[in-house]
Amino acid sequence: MADRVFAATRKGLFEFRRRGAGDWQVASTAFLGSPVSMLLVDPRDRALYAALDLGHFGAKLHRSDDGGASWTEIAAPSYAGVDADAASPPSLKLIWALEPGGPDEVGVLWAGTIPGGLFRSSDRGESWSLVRSLWEDPRRKQWFGGGFDDPGIHSICVDPRDPRRLAIGASCGGVWDTTDAGETWRLGGTGMRAEYLPPEESDAPETQDAHRLVRCAADPDCFWVQHHNGVFRATKGVDDWREIHPSTHPAFGFAVAVHPADPRTAWFAPAVKDEFRYPADGRVVVARTRDGGESFDVLTEGLPQEHAYDLVYRHGLDIDPSGETLAMGSTTGGLWLSEDGGDSWSAARARLPPVYAVRFG
Amino acid sequence: MATISFTPHLRQVGPTRPTACCGATLGDALRALEPDYPLLRGYLLDDQGRLRRHIAVFVDGVMRPRESVLGLALAETSDVYIFQALSGG
Repeated sequence: MADRVFAATRKGLFEFRRRGAGDWQVASTAFLGSPVSMLLVDPRDRALYAALDLGHFGAKLHRSDDGGASWTEIAAPSYAGVDADAASPPSLKLIWALEPGGPDEVGVLWAGTIPGGLFRSSDRGESWSLVRSLWEDPRRKQWFGGGFDDPGIHSICVDPRDPRRLAIGASCGGVWDTTDAGETWRLGGTGMRAEYLPPEESDAPETQDAHRLVRCAADPDCFWVQHHNGVFRATKGVDDWREIHPSTHPAFGFAVAVHPADPRTAWFAPAVKDEFRYPADGRVVVARTRDGGESFDVLTEGLPQEHAYDLVYRHGLDIDPSGETLAMGSTTGGLWLSEDGGDSWSAARARLPPVYAVRFG
Repeated sequence: MATISFTPHLRQVGPTRPTACCGATLGDALRALEPDYPLLRGYLLDDQGRLRRHIAVFVDGVMRPRESVLGLALAETSDVYIFQALSGG
């Protein structure tokens, strides 16, 4: 079971350590005062990567090779020279996703950014290359921004059986996969629908707003998506999505986590649908299904149940490799841990800034 | 040589004191600083080499248009001050 979790927040990076059952305390801080948009703990060499959103000074990337004791700024993905003849050539605005390559690809990293470029590094982030095949795909040019001015890639799911097989999720750009490490791409998303589009366009796969895409480690053809207007599940790759209609809680939300060993078990952080975005009745809950979305448990023990208006962003929910420990961070600075698969939760000992991402490692 | 002062918010990546810089233009002067301050450029300019949106440049006491300031000719006596807007919470 994990004993360390990181919270990337609007005001820095916070490392929490488990000090006892349900007792998680701050062990270290970094980048205090600076927004941290994403964190990666590389399981292959234990390096830490922190993506910063410095606003006026741009998006930056730092790496630590000593467990977070010290950090070095390294290269950030760059759009230098990309579409230089365009009326408004692109520039990096946010590092929104960071994932390691395969277990045998030490040093290989993937980054998803706003605007919607996918980048690959083969040298632990010392340099990055834009995946041109996706960037230049005419269907990619149909993407549009959701909460941000530009679209972005927020989910990168490497297939543990073959690291050349990746699936990605973009807002608003649907779900895509590659079987050749990004040389060619296939647009998935059949079965999804977008309520916000004109009716005749609602099933257009390239503009689906998949808020978050996750893949089951033990059954990598099985995916879940928390979509802008609902929950979807696929069991044969990133097509043939089946919409789930929960009766116990709102279908809107950003975050989803899937059990690493059981593709039918997933967790969600629901909120009243899109124009409101707060927990129904001011009660923070986690919805869990164990039967592929046929039914849900609405889990409340240990979570605030009176006048709580925490929203959980798309990277604000994580599960450890055991499948038992979950972490959830909110826009109101709440951080809760569960050590029993979501049945009960305990609040970490801290009042945090707004949480952008939580990650075990 | 023109003298450039940077906001203290850039002290991790740029000069901490007013610095004399070679260069006919502000863009040239910033390039001349790169060997000593390799990260500085990425904090001031975006991926396409444009001055970032919330960076302000004063030359001889006058704020200059962002779109053209990098090409602005500098005099030997020019005083340049580079800082950023602060906002939010």
